[in-house]
Amino acid sequence: MTTQAGAAIATAAQHDPEPKKVRGRTNWGDLALKMAAGLVLLYLFLPIFVIVLFSFNKPAGKFNYTWQGFTLENWLDPFKYPPLTEALKLSLNVAAVSTAVALVLGTLVAIALVRQRWRGQRAVDTFLVLPLTAPEVVMGAALLTLFLDLSWPAGYTTILLSHIAFEVSFIAMTVRARVRGFDWTLEDASLDLGAGPARTFFKVTLPLIVPGLVAAAMLSFALSLDDFIITYFVSGAEVTYPLYVNAAVKAAVPPQINVLATAILVVSLVLLAVSTLYRRKRFAG
Amino acid sequence: MAGVATSSRQRSKAAPYLMILPALAYLAIFFVVPFYSLARTSLSETAGSVFMPTLTFAWDFANYADAFTLYREQIFRSFGYAFAATVLCLLLAFPLAYVIAFKAGRFKNLILGLVILPFFVTFLIRTIAWKTILADEGWVVSALGAVGLLPDEGRLLSTSWAVIGGLTYNWIIFMILPLYVSLEKIDPRLLEASKDLYSSAPRSFGKVILPLAMPGVLAGSMLVFIPAVGDFINADYLGSTQTTMIGNVIQKQFLVVKDYPAAAALSLGLMLLILIGVLLYTRALGTEDLV
Repeated sequence: MTTQAGAAIATAAQHDPEPKKVRGRTNWGDLALKMAAGLVLLYLFLPIFVIVLFSFNKPAGKFNYTWQGFTLENWLDPFKYPPLTEALKLSLNVAAVSTAVALVLGTLVAIALVRQRWRGQRAVDTFLVLPLTAPEVVMGAALLTLFLDLSWPAGYTTILLSHIAFEVSFIAMTVRARVRGFDWTLEDASLDLGAGPARTFFKVTLPLIVPGLVAAAMLSFALSLDDFIITYFVSGAEVTYPLYVNAAVKAAVPPQINVLATAILVVSLVLLAVSTLYRRKRFAG
Repeated sequence: MAGVATSSRQRSKAAPYLMILPALAYLAIFFVVPFYSLARTSLSETAGSVFMPTLTFAWDFANYADAFTLYREQIFRSFGYAFAATVLCLLLAFPLAYVIAFKAGRFKNLILGLVILPFFVTFLIRTIAWKTILADEGWVVSALGAVGLLPDEGRLLSTSWAVIGGLTYNWIIFMILPLYVSLEKIDPRLLEASKDLYSSAPRSFGKVILPLAMPGVLAGSMLVFIPAVGDFINADYLGSTQTTMIGNVIQKQFLVVKDYPAAAALSLGLMLLILIGVLLYTRALGTEDLV
Protein backbone atom coordinates (compact mmCIF):
# COMPACT_ATOMS: atom_id res chain seq x y z
CA MET A 1 0.00 0.00 0.00
CA THR A 2 1.36 3.40 -0.90
CA THR A 3 0.47 6.88 0.23
CA GLN A 4 -2.24 7.39 -2.34
CA ALA A 5 -3.92 4.10 -1.45
CA GLY A 6 -4.21 5.04 2.17
CA ALA A 7 -5.81 8.34 1.32
CA ALA A 8 -8.33 6.64 -0.94
CA ILE A 9 -9.15 4.09 1.73
CA ALA A 10 -9.65 6.85 4.25
CA THR A 11 -12.10 8.62 1.95
CA ALA A 12 -14.09 5.50 1.24
CA ALA A 13 -14.20 4.57 4.91
CA GLN A 14 -15.82 7.83 5.95
CA HIS A 15 -18.88 7.21 3.81
CA ASP A 16 -21.31 5.33 5.99
CA PRO A 17 -23.15 3.50 3.31
CA GLU A 18 -26.85 2.86 3.60
CA PRO A 19 -28.59 0.45 1.29
CA LYS A 20 -30.05 2.00 -1.82
CA LYS A 21 -32.51 0.14 -3.94
CA VAL A 22 -33.01 0.65 -7.63
CA ARG A 23 -36.44 -0.46 -8.71
CA GLY A 24 -36.74 -3.16 -11.33
CA ARG A 25 -36.79 -6.91 -11.89
CA THR A 26 -33.69 -9.06 -11.85
CA ASN A 27 -32.50 -9.20 -15.42
CA TRP A 28 -29.66 -10.74 -17.31
CA GLY A 29 -27.70 -7.50 -17.48
CA ASP A 30 -27.84 -7.29 -13.72
CA LEU A 31 -26.62 -10.84 -13.37
CA ALA A 32 -23.75 -10.30 -15.81
CA LEU A 33 -22.71 -7.20 -13.89
CA LYS A 34 -22.70 -9.05 -10.59
CA MET A 35 -20.69 -11.87 -12.11
CA ALA A 36 -18.16 -9.41 -13.52
CA ALA A 37 -17.85 -7.82 -10.06
CA GLY A 38 -17.42 -11.26 -8.52
CA LEU A 39 -14.66 -12.13 -10.95
CA VAL A 40 -12.83 -8.86 -10.20
CA LEU A 41 -13.09 -9.62 -6.49
CA LEU A 42 -11.68 -13.08 -7.16
CA TYR A 43 -8.82 -11.49 -9.12
CA LEU A 44 -8.04 -9.25 -6.13
CA PHE A 45 -7.77 -12.33 -3.93
CA LEU A 46 -5.86 -14.62 -6.29
CA PRO A 47 -2.34 -13.59 -5.08
CA ILE A 48 -3.56 -13.69 -1.48
CA PHE A 49 -4.63 -17.32 -1.88
CA VAL A 50 -1.21 -18.08 -3.35
CA ILE A 51 0.56 -16.36 -0.46
CA VAL A 52 -1.44 -18.25 2.17
CA LEU A 53 -1.10 -21.55 0.31
CA PHE A 54 2.67 -21.19 -0.11
CA SER A 55 3.10 -20.51 3.59
CA PHE A 56 2.38 -24.26 3.91
CA ASN A 57 4.79 -25.21 1.14
CA LYS A 58 7.85 -27.35 1.63
CA PRO A 59 10.23 -25.64 -0.80
CA ALA A 60 12.90 -27.81 -2.39
CA GLY A 61 15.51 -25.14 -3.08
CA LYS A 62 16.11 -21.59 -2.00
CA PHE A 63 12.97 -20.26 -3.67
CA ASN A 64 9.36 -20.73 -2.73
CA TYR A 65 7.86 -20.44 -6.21
CA THR A 66 6.70 -23.97 -7.02
CA TRP A 67 4.47 -26.22 -4.94
CA GLN A 68 6.38 -29.13 -3.43
CA GLY A 69 4.21 -30.48 -0.64
CA PHE A 70 2.23 -29.58 2.44
CA THR A 71 3.98 -28.89 5.74
CA LEU A 72 3.29 -27.10 9.00
CA GLU A 73 7.00 -26.62 9.69
CA ASN A 74 7.06 -22.97 8.57
CA TRP A 75 4.18 -22.06 10.83
CA LEU A 76 5.75 -23.86 13.79
CA ASP A 77 8.94 -21.88 13.34
CA PRO A 78 7.92 -18.42 12.05
CA PHE A 79 10.99 -16.71 13.54
CA LYS A 80 13.51 -19.17 12.12
CA TYR A 81 15.43 -16.44 10.30
CA PRO A 82 16.69 -13.84 12.78
CA PRO A 83 17.41 -11.23 10.05
CA LEU A 84 13.76 -11.41 8.93
CA THR A 85 12.55 -11.03 12.50
CA GLU A 86 14.94 -8.13 13.10
CA ALA A 87 13.74 -6.44 9.91
CA LEU A 88 10.13 -6.77 11.00
CA LYS A 89 10.98 -5.33 14.43
CA LEU A 90 12.74 -2.36 12.83
CA SER A 91 9.75 -1.73 10.58
CA LEU A 92 7.31 -1.84 13.49
CA ASN A 93 9.55 0.55 15.43
CA VAL A 94 9.80 3.02 12.52
CA ALA A 95 6.06 2.79 11.88
CA ALA A 96 5.17 3.48 15.52
CA VAL A 97 7.59 6.37 16.10
CA SER A 98 6.99 8.11 12.76
CA THR A 99 3.21 7.77 13.07
CA ALA A 100 3.27 9.29 16.56
CA VAL A 101 5.17 12.37 15.35
CA ALA A 102 3.21 12.73 12.10
CA LEU A 103 -0.09 12.39 13.98
CA VAL A 104 0.66 15.46 16.11
CA LEU A 105 1.83 17.57 13.14
CA GLY A 106 -0.93 16.43 10.79
CA THR A 107 -3.80 16.75 13.26
CA LEU A 108 -2.92 20.34 14.14
CA VAL A 109 -3.01 21.29 10.43
CA ALA A 110 -6.27 19.41 9.87
CA ILE A 111 -8.02 21.21 12.73
CA ALA A 112 -6.68 24.59 11.63
CA LEU A 113 -8.00 23.90 8.12
CA VAL A 114 -11.57 23.11 9.11
CA ARG A 115 -12.13 25.20 12.24
CA GLN A 116 -12.07 28.69 10.82
CA ARG A 117 -11.24 30.69 7.72
CA TRP A 118 -7.89 32.37 7.39
CA ARG A 119 -5.75 33.92 4.71
CA GLY A 120 -3.65 31.48 2.74
CA GLN A 121 -5.85 28.50 3.59
CA ARG A 122 -6.29 27.39 -0.02
CA ALA A 123 -2.57 27.62 -0.67
CA VAL A 124 -1.81 25.45 2.38
CA ASP A 125 -4.49 23.04 1.24
CA THR A 126 -2.88 22.65 -2.19
CA PHE A 127 0.61 22.46 -0.68
CA LEU A 128 -0.46 19.56 1.54
CA VAL A 129 -1.60 17.55 -1.48
CA LEU A 130 1.76 17.90 -3.24
CA PRO A 131 3.65 15.23 -1.23
CA LEU A 132 0.84 12.82 -2.09
CA THR A 133 1.26 13.51 -5.81
CA ALA A 134 5.01 12.97 -5.94
CA PRO A 135 5.84 9.46 -7.17
CA GLU A 136 7.70 7.63 -4.44
CA VAL A 137 10.79 7.20 -6.58
CA VAL A 138 11.05 11.00 -6.96
CA MET A 139 10.42 11.61 -3.26
CA GLY A 140 13.06 9.03 -2.34
CA ALA A 141 15.53 10.54 -4.80
CA ALA A 142 14.91 14.06 -3.48
CA LEU A 143 15.38 13.00 0.14
CA LEU A 144 18.55 11.13 -0.78
CA THR A 145 20.07 14.22 -2.44
CA LEU A 146 19.19 16.26 0.67
CA PHE A 147 20.93 13.79 2.97
CA LEU A 148 23.91 13.66 0.59
CA ASP A 149 24.10 17.47 0.56
CA LEU A 150 23.99 17.54 4.34
CA SER A 151 26.44 14.60 4.51
CA TRP A 152 24.07 12.82 6.86
CA PRO A 153 24.77 9.10 6.94
CA ALA A 154 21.74 7.12 5.82
CA GLY A 155 20.28 4.96 8.58
CA TYR A 156 17.56 4.80 11.20
CA THR A 157 17.21 8.58 11.55
CA THR A 158 16.95 9.25 7.83
CA ILE A 159 14.34 6.47 7.45
CA LEU A 160 12.33 7.96 10.31
CA LEU A 161 12.53 11.53 8.97
CA SER A 162 11.48 10.39 5.49
CA HIS A 163 8.53 8.37 6.77
CA ILE A 164 7.27 11.33 8.79
CA ALA A 165 7.54 13.47 5.65
CA PHE A 166 5.14 11.33 3.64
CA GLU A 167 2.82 10.61 6.57
CA VAL A 168 2.12 14.22 7.63
CA SER A 169 0.11 15.17 4.53
CA PHE A 170 -1.68 11.91 4.53
CA ILE A 171 -2.73 12.21 8.18
CA ALA A 172 -3.74 15.86 7.72
CA MET A 173 -5.98 14.91 4.77
CA THR A 174 -7.56 11.94 6.53
CA VAL A 175 -8.24 13.81 9.77
CA ARG A 176 -9.54 16.81 7.84
CA ALA A 177 -12.05 14.60 6.02
CA ARG A 178 -13.14 13.08 9.33
CA VAL A 179 -13.61 16.28 11.34
CA ARG A 180 -15.26 18.30 8.58
CA GLY A 181 -18.75 17.87 10.01
CA PHE A 182 -17.66 18.63 13.57
CA ASP A 183 -19.59 21.39 15.35
CA TRP A 184 -16.89 23.71 16.63
CA THR A 185 -19.37 25.84 18.58
CA LEU A 186 -19.28 23.04 21.18
CA GLU A 187 -15.89 24.39 22.15
CA ASP A 188 -17.39 27.83 22.63
CA ALA A 189 -20.14 26.33 24.76
CA SER A 190 -17.51 24.67 26.93
CA LEU A 191 -15.54 27.90 27.27
CA ASP A 192 -18.73 29.85 28.06
CA LEU A 193 -19.53 27.39 30.79
CA GLY A 194 -16.26 28.18 32.48
CA ALA A 195 -13.96 25.36 31.33
CA GLY A 196 -10.43 26.50 30.53
CA PRO A 197 -8.91 25.99 27.05
CA ALA A 198 -6.94 22.93 28.17
CA ARG A 199 -9.96 21.35 29.83
CA THR A 200 -12.06 22.12 26.75
CA PHE A 201 -9.52 20.45 24.51
CA PHE A 202 -9.27 17.27 26.57
CA LYS A 203 -12.94 16.99 27.54
CA VAL A 204 -14.70 18.22 24.39
CA THR A 205 -12.48 18.39 21.31
CA LEU A 206 -10.33 15.31 21.77
CA PRO A 207 -13.12 12.75 22.46
CA LEU A 208 -14.93 13.94 19.35
CA ILE A 209 -11.97 13.74 16.99
CA VAL A 210 -10.45 10.54 18.42
CA PRO A 211 -12.14 8.12 15.97
CA GLY A 212 -10.69 10.13 13.07
CA LEU A 213 -7.26 10.13 14.70
CA VAL A 214 -7.33 6.38 15.28
CA ALA A 215 -8.25 5.73 11.64
CA ALA A 216 -5.53 8.08 10.38
CA ALA A 217 -2.93 6.56 12.71
CA MET A 218 -3.76 3.00 11.67
CA LEU A 219 -3.48 3.80 7.99
CA SER A 220 -0.29 5.79 8.50
CA PHE A 221 1.18 2.86 10.40
CA ALA A 222 0.25 0.51 7.56
CA LEU A 223 1.79 2.86 4.97
CA SER A 224 5.03 3.07 6.91
CA LEU A 225 5.21 -0.68 7.45
CA ASP A 226 4.70 -1.29 3.73
CA ASP A 227 6.91 1.44 2.32
CA PHE A 228 9.66 0.10 0.15
CA ILE A 229 10.60 2.64 -2.51
CA ILE A 230 11.33 5.72 -0.36
CA THR A 231 12.99 3.60 2.33
CA TYR A 232 15.17 1.93 -0.29
CA PHE A 233 16.75 5.29 -1.13
CA VAL A 234 17.43 6.50 2.42
CA SER A 235 18.07 3.31 4.40
CA GLY A 236 21.84 2.94 4.15
CA ALA A 237 22.74 -0.34 5.81
CA GLU A 238 19.48 -0.64 7.79
CA VAL A 239 17.10 -3.37 6.60
CA THR A 240 13.37 -2.90 7.08
CA TYR A 241 10.83 -5.66 6.47
CA PRO A 242 10.09 -4.73 2.80
CA LEU A 243 13.81 -4.29 2.19
CA TYR A 244 14.46 -7.77 3.55
CA VAL A 245 11.78 -9.17 1.25
CA ASN A 246 13.33 -7.42 -1.73
CA ALA A 247 16.77 -8.79 -0.96
CA ALA A 248 15.24 -12.24 -0.54
CA VAL A 249 13.74 -12.17 -4.03
CA LYS A 250 17.25 -11.89 -5.43
CA ALA A 251 18.84 -14.53 -3.19
CA ALA A 252 16.49 -16.90 -1.37
CA VAL A 253 12.81 -16.66 -0.44
CA PRO A 254 12.09 -18.53 2.81
CA PRO A 255 8.43 -19.57 3.30
CA GLN A 256 8.53 -17.71 6.61
CA ILE A 257 7.98 -14.55 4.55
CA ASN A 258 4.58 -15.96 3.59
CA VAL A 259 3.90 -17.04 7.17
CA LEU A 260 4.51 -13.55 8.54
CA ALA A 261 2.54 -11.91 5.69
CA THR A 262 -0.40 -14.22 6.41
CA ALA A 263 -0.12 -13.49 10.12
CA ILE A 264 -0.16 -9.72 9.46
CA LEU A 265 -3.21 -10.21 7.23
CA VAL A 266 -5.05 -12.13 9.96
CA VAL A 267 -4.20 -9.48 12.57
CA SER A 268 -5.47 -6.73 10.21
CA LEU A 269 -8.63 -8.74 9.62
CA VAL A 270 -9.25 -9.06 13.35
CA LEU A 271 -8.61 -5.33 13.92
CA LEU A 272 -10.97 -4.48 11.06
CA ALA A 273 -13.69 -6.76 12.43
CA VAL A 274 -13.29 -5.44 15.98
CA SER A 275 -13.45 -1.78 14.88
CA THR A 276 -16.51 -2.49 12.71
CA LEU A 277 -18.30 -4.26 15.55
CA TYR A 278 -17.32 -1.50 17.98
CA ARG A 279 -18.70 1.17 15.65
CA ARG A 280 -21.89 -0.75 15.06
CA LYS A 281 -22.37 -1.17 18.81
CA ARG A 282 -21.77 2.50 19.46
CA PHE A 283 -24.24 3.59 16.82
CA ALA A 284 -26.82 1.04 17.90
CA GLY A 285 -26.54 1.99 21.59
CA MET B 1 -14.20 25.73 1.51
CA ALA B 2 -17.34 23.86 2.39
CA GLY B 3 -17.92 22.69 5.92
CA VAL B 4 -16.11 25.51 7.71
CA ALA B 5 -18.08 26.28 10.83
CA THR B 6 -17.89 29.92 11.72
CA SER B 7 -18.11 30.34 15.43
CA SER B 8 -19.91 33.04 17.35
CA ARG B 9 -16.79 33.81 19.29
CA GLN B 10 -14.06 35.55 17.38
CA ARG B 11 -11.24 33.07 17.37
CA SER B 12 -7.68 34.17 17.72
CA LYS B 13 -6.35 35.26 14.34
CA ALA B 14 -2.95 33.80 15.10
CA ALA B 15 -4.16 30.38 16.22
CA PRO B 16 -4.39 28.66 12.80
CA TYR B 17 -0.94 29.91 11.84
CA LEU B 18 0.54 28.55 15.05
CA MET B 19 -1.18 25.25 14.43
CA ILE B 20 0.08 24.83 10.87
CA LEU B 21 3.58 26.05 11.72
CA PRO B 22 5.16 22.77 12.92
CA ALA B 23 3.89 20.71 9.99
CA LEU B 24 4.73 23.35 7.40
CA ALA B 25 8.20 23.80 8.86
CA TYR B 26 8.68 20.06 8.73
CA LEU B 27 7.49 19.78 5.14
CA ALA B 28 9.60 22.78 4.19
CA ILE B 29 12.73 21.00 5.43
CA PHE B 30 11.89 17.46 4.35
CA PHE B 31 9.80 18.05 1.25
CA VAL B 32 10.66 21.44 -0.29
CA VAL B 33 14.39 21.55 0.49
CA PRO B 34 14.92 18.00 -0.88
CA PHE B 35 13.56 19.23 -4.21
CA TYR B 36 16.00 22.12 -4.07
CA SER B 37 18.80 19.59 -3.47
CA LEU B 38 17.47 17.48 -6.31
CA ALA B 39 17.40 20.47 -8.67
CA ARG B 40 20.90 21.50 -7.62
CA THR B 41 22.21 17.98 -8.11
CA SER B 42 20.56 17.77 -11.52
CA LEU B 43 22.60 20.78 -12.66
CA SER B 44 25.90 19.65 -11.17
CA GLU B 45 28.95 18.04 -12.67
CA THR B 46 30.44 14.87 -11.27
CA ALA B 47 34.06 14.03 -10.68
CA GLY B 48 35.84 11.39 -8.66
CA SER B 49 35.23 7.67 -8.48
CA VAL B 50 31.99 5.70 -8.43
CA PHE B 51 32.52 5.09 -4.73
CA MET B 52 33.03 8.71 -3.74
CA PRO B 53 31.57 10.92 -6.46
CA THR B 54 32.04 14.63 -5.87
CA LEU B 55 29.51 17.13 -7.15
CA THR B 56 30.12 20.68 -8.27
CA PHE B 57 27.26 22.95 -9.12
CA ALA B 58 27.62 24.20 -12.70
CA TRP B 59 24.23 25.09 -14.28
CA ASP B 60 24.82 21.99 -16.37
CA PHE B 61 21.56 21.81 -18.33
CA ALA B 62 23.15 19.27 -20.63
CA ASN B 63 22.36 16.68 -17.92
CA TYR B 64 18.70 17.02 -18.83
CA ALA B 65 19.27 16.78 -22.57
CA ASP B 66 21.56 13.78 -22.10
CA ALA B 67 19.27 11.95 -19.70
CA PHE B 68 16.17 12.50 -21.78
CA THR B 69 17.84 11.40 -25.01
CA LEU B 70 19.55 8.39 -23.48
CA TYR B 71 16.47 7.12 -21.64
CA ARG B 72 13.78 8.26 -24.06
CA GLU B 73 12.71 4.66 -24.59
CA GLN B 74 12.16 4.05 -20.86
CA ILE B 75 10.27 7.33 -20.48
CA PHE B 76 7.87 6.50 -23.30
CA ARG B 77 7.51 2.96 -22.02
CA SER B 78 6.69 4.17 -18.48
CA PHE B 79 3.99 6.51 -19.71
CA GLY B 80 2.62 3.80 -22.03
CA TYR B 81 2.54 1.12 -19.33
CA ALA B 82 1.03 3.49 -16.77
CA PHE B 83 -1.63 4.55 -19.26
CA ALA B 84 -2.47 0.94 -20.14
CA ALA B 85 -2.64 0.03 -16.44
CA THR B 86 -4.93 3.01 -15.76
CA VAL B 87 -7.33 1.98 -18.53
CA LEU B 88 -7.33 -1.64 -17.31
CA CYS B 89 -7.95 -0.49 -13.73
CA LEU B 90 -10.89 1.59 -14.92
CA LEU B 91 -12.41 -1.31 -16.89
CA LEU B 92 -12.00 -3.77 -14.01
CA ALA B 93 -12.94 -1.38 -11.20
CA PHE B 94 -16.11 0.02 -12.72
CA PRO B 95 -18.36 -3.07 -12.51
CA LEU B 96 -17.14 -3.82 -8.99
CA ALA B 97 -17.60 -0.25 -7.73
CA TYR B 98 -21.01 -0.09 -9.42
CA VAL B 99 -22.20 -3.31 -7.83
CA ILE B 100 -20.96 -2.21 -4.39
CA ALA B 101 -22.70 1.16 -4.73
CA PHE B 102 -26.04 0.01 -6.13
CA LYS B 103 -26.51 -3.74 -5.88
CA ALA B 104 -24.77 -4.92 -2.74
CA GLY B 105 -27.54 -4.07 -0.29
CA ARG B 106 -26.60 -5.09 3.24
CA PHE B 107 -23.38 -6.72 2.01
CA LYS B 108 -21.96 -3.33 1.04
CA ASN B 109 -19.66 -2.92 4.06
CA LEU B 110 -18.55 -6.53 3.86
CA ILE B 111 -17.57 -6.28 0.19
CA LEU B 112 -15.79 -2.95 0.80
CA GLY B 113 -13.83 -4.63 3.58
CA LEU B 114 -12.97 -7.54 1.28
CA VAL B 115 -11.79 -5.14 -1.43
CA ILE B 116 -9.38 -3.43 0.97
CA LEU B 117 -8.15 -6.63 2.63
CA PRO B 118 -5.61 -7.84 0.00
CA PHE B 119 -3.81 -4.54 0.35
CA PHE B 120 -2.84 -5.35 3.90
CA VAL B 121 -0.30 -7.77 2.49
CA THR B 122 2.98 -6.06 1.67
CA PHE B 123 3.12 -4.75 -1.89
CA LEU B 124 6.34 -6.69 -2.58
CA ILE B 125 4.92 -10.00 -1.40
CA ARG B 126 1.81 -9.55 -3.56
CA THR B 127 4.08 -8.98 -6.54
CA ILE B 128 6.11 -12.09 -5.69
CA ALA B 129 2.82 -14.01 -5.63
CA TRP B 130 2.13 -12.84 -9.20
CA LYS B 131 5.58 -14.09 -10.12
CA THR B 132 4.48 -17.52 -8.86
CA ILE B 133 1.14 -17.35 -10.67
CA LEU B 134 2.61 -16.29 -14.02
CA ALA B 135 5.65 -18.57 -13.83
CA ASP B 136 6.55 -20.65 -16.91
CA GLU B 137 5.74 -23.92 -15.15
CA GLY B 138 2.64 -22.43 -13.47
CA TRP B 139 -0.93 -23.53 -14.18
CA VAL B 140 -1.94 -20.25 -15.85
CA VAL B 141 0.66 -20.68 -18.59
CA SER B 142 -0.22 -24.36 -19.09
CA ALA B 143 -3.97 -23.60 -19.13
CA LEU B 144 -3.55 -20.85 -21.71
CA GLY B 145 -1.24 -23.11 -23.72
CA ALA B 146 -3.78 -25.96 -23.60
CA VAL B 147 -6.57 -23.85 -25.08
CA GLY B 148 -4.21 -22.43 -27.66
CA LEU B 149 -4.15 -18.85 -26.40
CA LEU B 150 -0.44 -19.04 -25.80
CA PRO B 151 1.98 -20.60 -28.28
CA ASP B 152 4.32 -23.42 -27.23
CA GLU B 153 7.28 -22.00 -25.35
CA GLY B 154 5.15 -18.89 -24.87
CA ARG B 155 5.74 -16.98 -21.65
CA LEU B 156 3.76 -14.60 -19.48
CA LEU B 157 6.51 -13.70 -17.04
CA SER B 158 9.11 -11.23 -18.34
CA THR B 159 6.69 -9.73 -20.85
CA SER B 160 5.23 -6.24 -21.08
CA TRP B 161 1.85 -7.74 -20.24
CA ALA B 162 3.11 -9.14 -16.95
CA VAL B 163 4.42 -5.69 -15.97
CA ILE B 164 1.20 -3.93 -17.00
CA GLY B 165 -0.78 -6.61 -15.16
CA GLY B 166 1.28 -6.09 -12.02
CA LEU B 167 0.86 -2.32 -12.18
CA THR B 168 -2.89 -2.80 -12.66
CA TYR B 169 -3.18 -5.15 -9.71
CA ASN B 170 -1.12 -3.11 -7.31
CA TRP B 171 -2.99 0.17 -7.84
CA ILE B 172 -6.52 -0.91 -8.71
CA ILE B 173 -7.60 -0.12 -5.17
CA PHE B 174 -7.11 3.62 -5.88
CA MET B 175 -9.52 3.28 -8.77
CA ILE B 176 -12.15 1.21 -6.97
CA LEU B 177 -12.45 3.47 -3.93
CA PRO B 178 -12.83 6.91 -5.58
CA LEU B 179 -15.18 5.37 -8.16
CA TYR B 180 -17.25 3.85 -5.39
CA VAL B 181 -17.35 7.17 -3.52
CA SER B 182 -18.66 9.08 -6.53
CA LEU B 183 -21.12 6.36 -7.56
CA GLU B 184 -22.38 6.13 -4.00
CA LYS B 185 -23.32 9.81 -4.11
CA ILE B 186 -25.63 9.29 -7.11
CA ASP B 187 -29.28 9.47 -6.13
CA PRO B 188 -30.90 6.20 -7.31
CA ARG B 189 -34.04 8.17 -8.07
CA LEU B 190 -32.20 9.70 -11.02
CA LEU B 191 -31.81 6.20 -12.47
CA GLU B 192 -35.48 5.49 -11.86
CA ALA B 193 -36.40 8.75 -13.51
CA SER B 194 -34.34 7.94 -16.58
CA LYS B 195 -35.95 4.50 -16.71
CA ASP B 196 -39.42 5.98 -16.37
CA LEU B 197 -38.62 8.30 -19.24
CA TYR B 198 -37.93 5.24 -21.41
CA SER B 199 -34.17 5.50 -21.46
CA SER B 200 -32.49 2.20 -22.27
CA ALA B 201 -29.94 0.83 -19.81
CA PRO B 202 -26.88 1.76 -21.93
CA ARG B 203 -28.33 5.22 -22.49
CA SER B 204 -28.92 5.73 -18.75
CA PHE B 205 -25.36 4.65 -18.20
CA GLY B 206 -23.96 7.11 -20.73
CA LYS B 207 -26.22 10.03 -19.87
CA VAL B 208 -26.71 9.69 -16.11
CA ILE B 209 -24.18 7.45 -14.42
CA LEU B 210 -21.02 8.23 -16.35
CA PRO B 211 -21.22 12.04 -16.12
CA LEU B 212 -21.93 11.84 -12.37
CA ALA B 213 -19.11 9.34 -11.84
CA MET B 214 -16.62 11.54 -13.69
CA PRO B 215 -14.95 13.03 -10.55
CA GLY B 216 -14.27 9.47 -9.39
CA VAL B 217 -12.98 8.42 -12.80
CA LEU B 218 -10.59 11.38 -12.93
CA ALA B 219 -9.41 11.09 -9.31
CA GLY B 220 -8.94 7.32 -9.69
CA SER B 221 -7.05 7.72 -12.96
CA MET B 222 -4.65 10.17 -11.39
CA LEU B 223 -4.18 8.07 -8.27
CA VAL B 224 -3.33 5.03 -10.41
CA PHE B 225 -1.27 6.77 -13.05
CA ILE B 226 1.11 8.68 -10.75
CA PRO B 227 2.44 5.76 -8.68
CA ALA B 228 2.39 3.47 -11.72
CA VAL B 229 4.51 5.77 -13.87
CA GLY B 230 7.26 5.96 -11.23
CA ASP B 231 7.19 2.33 -10.16
CA PHE B 232 10.15 0.02 -10.62
CA ILE B 233 9.16 -3.06 -8.61
CA ASN B 234 6.76 -4.55 -11.14
CA ALA B 235 9.20 -4.09 -14.00
CA ASP B 236 11.94 -5.56 -11.81
CA TYR B 237 10.04 -8.63 -10.54
CA LEU B 238 7.71 -9.39 -13.44
CA GLY B 239 9.55 -7.94 -16.43
CA SER B 240 12.85 -8.34 -18.20
CA THR B 241 15.62 -6.07 -19.45
CA GLN B 242 13.25 -5.25 -22.33
CA THR B 243 10.62 -3.79 -20.01
CA THR B 244 12.63 -1.41 -17.81
CA MET B 245 10.83 1.75 -16.78
CA ILE B 246 11.99 5.21 -15.79
CA GLY B 247 11.83 4.23 -12.10
CA ASN B 248 14.32 1.41 -12.74
CA VAL B 249 16.70 3.86 -14.37
CA ILE B 250 16.42 6.43 -11.56
CA GLN B 251 16.91 3.75 -8.93
CA LYS B 252 19.90 2.23 -10.68
CA GLN B 253 21.58 5.55 -11.50
CA PHE B 254 21.19 6.73 -7.91
CA LEU B 255 22.02 3.60 -5.96
CA VAL B 256 24.21 1.49 -8.24
CA VAL B 257 25.90 3.62 -10.90
CA LYS B 258 25.85 6.71 -8.66
CA ASP B 259 25.47 9.09 -11.58
CA TYR B 260 23.60 11.52 -9.35
CA PRO B 261 23.13 14.41 -11.83
CA ALA B 262 21.55 12.23 -14.53
CA ALA B 263 19.30 10.47 -11.99
CA ALA B 264 18.30 13.80 -10.45
CA ALA B 265 17.50 15.28 -13.87
CA LEU B 266 15.29 12.29 -14.67
CA SER B 267 13.49 12.45 -11.31
CA LEU B 268 12.84 16.15 -11.57
CA GLY B 269 11.74 15.89 -15.18
CA LEU B 270 9.25 13.16 -14.24
CA MET B 271 7.98 15.22 -11.32
CA LEU B 272 7.50 18.32 -13.47
CA LEU B 273 5.50 16.38 -16.06
CA ILE B 274 3.26 15.03 -13.32
CA LEU B 275 2.99 18.37 -11.52
CA ILE B 276 1.65 20.07 -14.63
CA GLY B 277 -1.06 17.44 -14.82
CA VAL B 278 -1.94 17.74 -11.13
CA LEU B 279 -2.16 21.53 -11.19
CA LEU B 280 -4.45 21.42 -14.22
CA TYR B 281 -6.54 18.86 -12.39
CA THR B 282 -6.86 20.66 -9.04
CA ARG B 283 -7.60 23.91 -10.83
CA ALA B 284 -10.48 22.21 -12.61
CA LEU B 285 -11.87 20.08 -9.79
CA GLY B 286 -10.38 21.13 -6.44
CA THR B 287 -8.65 18.87 -3.93
CA GLU B 288 -11.78 17.59 -2.19
CA ASP B 289 -12.33 14.54 -4.40
CA LEU B 290 -8.66 13.69 -4.55
CA VAL B 291 -8.23 12.29 -1.08
